[in-house]
Amino acid sequence: MDETLTSGAWSRSWERLRRDRSLRVAAALLIGIAALALVGPSLSPYAYDKLDWQHIASPPLASGHWLGTDRLGRDLYVRMLYGVRISLAIGMTATSVSVLIGLAWGATAGYLGGRIDGAMMRIVDVLNSLPLLFVVIALSTLFARGNPYVLFASIGAVGWITMARIARGQALALRHKEYIEAARVSGAGTAYILRRHVVPNVLGPVIVYAALTVPQMILFESFLSFLGLGVQEPLASLGSLIRDGANEMESAPWMLLVPATLLVLLLIGFNLLGDGLSDALDPHGE
Amino acid sequence: MLAYALRRAVAIVPTLFLIVTVVFFLLRLAPGGPFDAEQGLPREIKANLEAAYGLDRPLAVQYGRYLAGLLRGDLGPSLKMRDVQVSALIARGFPISATLGASAVLLALFAGIPLGVASALRRGKTADHLAMAFTSLGLALPSFVIAPFLVLVFAVRLRWFPAGGWQADASHLTLPALTLALPVIAYIARLTRGSLLEVLRADFIRTARSKGIPEAQVILRHALRPALLPVVSFLGPAVAAVVTGSLVVETVFGLPGTGRYLVDGAIDRDYPLVMGMVILYGALTLLANLAADLLYGWLDPRVRHG
Repeated sequence: MDETLTSGAWSRSWERLRRDRSLRVAAALLIGIAALALVGPSLSPYAYDKLDWQHIASPPLASGHWLGTDRLGRDLYVRMLYGVRISLAIGMTATSVSVLIGLAWGATAGYLGGRIDGAMMRIVDVLNSLPLLFVVIALSTLFARGNPYVLFASIGAVGWITMARIARGQALALRHKEYIEAARVSGAGTAYILRRHVVPNVLGPVIVYAALTVPQMILFESFLSFLGLGVQEPLASLGSLIRDGANEMESAPWMLLVPATLLVLLLIGFNLLGDGLSDALDPHGE
Repeated sequence: MLAYALRRAVAIVPTLFLIVTVVFFLLRLAPGGPFDAEQGLPREIKANLEAAYGLDRPLAVQYGRYLAGLLRGDLGPSLKMRDVQVSALIARGFPISATLGASAVLLALFAGIPLGVASALRRGKTADHLAMAFTSLGLALPSFVIAPFLVLVFAVRLRWFPAGGWQADASHLTLPALTLALPVIAYIARLTRGSLLEVLRADFIRTARSKGIPEAQVILRHALRPALLPVVSFLGPAVAAVVTGSLVVETVFGLPGTGRYLVDGAIDRDYPLVMGMVILYGALTLLANLAADLLYGWLDPRVRHG
């Protein structure tokens, strides 16, 4: 069987996508959370950084704050949804960054092969043997505190390694396909062949792995924010809300329960999505 | 085998050197220095401080000095905690982190493998489904969610264990070690279950059974050893997971280990402290991977004689 996904294969994959139950659950969950994060804050009269000194650490529903307030009287419902926005934004941005780097690196190494491939993949091997998280923590001292975009980029910049391996394996298999040889003998340049033929044909597995990368990136950011190395006050992320909640859990357990539940739902949703995609896009899975 | 082990051990050195170099220059690229946080520090004093720690020298000189110190085992002074050497901090914190990490890995092996074996032997039954539901949960919950929940339930409500602090006894160790071990237990249980199911289908197991060997012996003597090979190769990543988790666990439970120093060092821009911790943890992860690979080679006759 040919590994390339022709347009017929794509539409068959789409058919399978629509029938997969775990994918439907994941889609409903994720669309629901995303819609809430987008629309939700405007339904509440409070801003994420507005201090309400009359209602400090009040429980849910007690004072007109739907999910209560934190130690400074800030509305937890709104802060939570801002946290979800940050998590979704970082999941998408960091994954895009890692796909871009990984795809370019892996496709180039795999297509060129030989000594260049060896050297490029050796770098990947060395990076892969490092504890990634410590590099991110070292990086976190780099950016100006409170700039989430630098955080997104630096998390994405260390997350491309597995992506490069997947893209390289695919590209290596494509090297000697007839249509690539044909393009080469008709005088197409390396950059053109990479862009036009190699990259589109390694995209399938890369999409699947990208879907599984999103929750990893979300987890990374929450982890850093939990430690105080990520998103800074007055912005909130799910990780920093969980840390605040953990500090108050004896007197105000809801401060911990709500962001923790939301984060876990988000992670489960993306993992289901990735599993479903890998079943549906697998060309051998008919 | 011995030559292979030596070659692999030597290969760690350039990797570590690379880590040291990359992290050293990354940290120095950062805007802001370690003495910025001290409000209203007169410029002359700040300049003197920087001169005293050699921070006013060209980067190449600082790098050369650091490497020279490293060869003598000198990791330099901490910039935030005055008059304390980074190596002294490691000597103080590492025994705690190592005790915690070792207990977590042992706990994960002694709980994960039996759980995986039990659920493989009861495949498709209720016990199997329960075990798999538990492992899904263990894999889905991040350590910084597990830790506060364990404290809330077992320390705050039930009062079975202390909520934090450190003494070298079982009651202070239980909750932190459990937090670290839970995801590893879940992963090991899944690995064991999957590979045991596969091995049980192999021809040599059918032969053993047809010879009339009791089922318990078939599993313990014949099936378990090859089935545990994937678990052995997971030990390297498991140590990495435990080390990573220990950053959260030491923060939540207030343990004075090395993980806590890394986080504080990063917040304070205490360069030598962060460097020391990254070197320590980098070497640890590399050694754990090496040990797991060697153990695998020793256990698997195909690798040993190949």
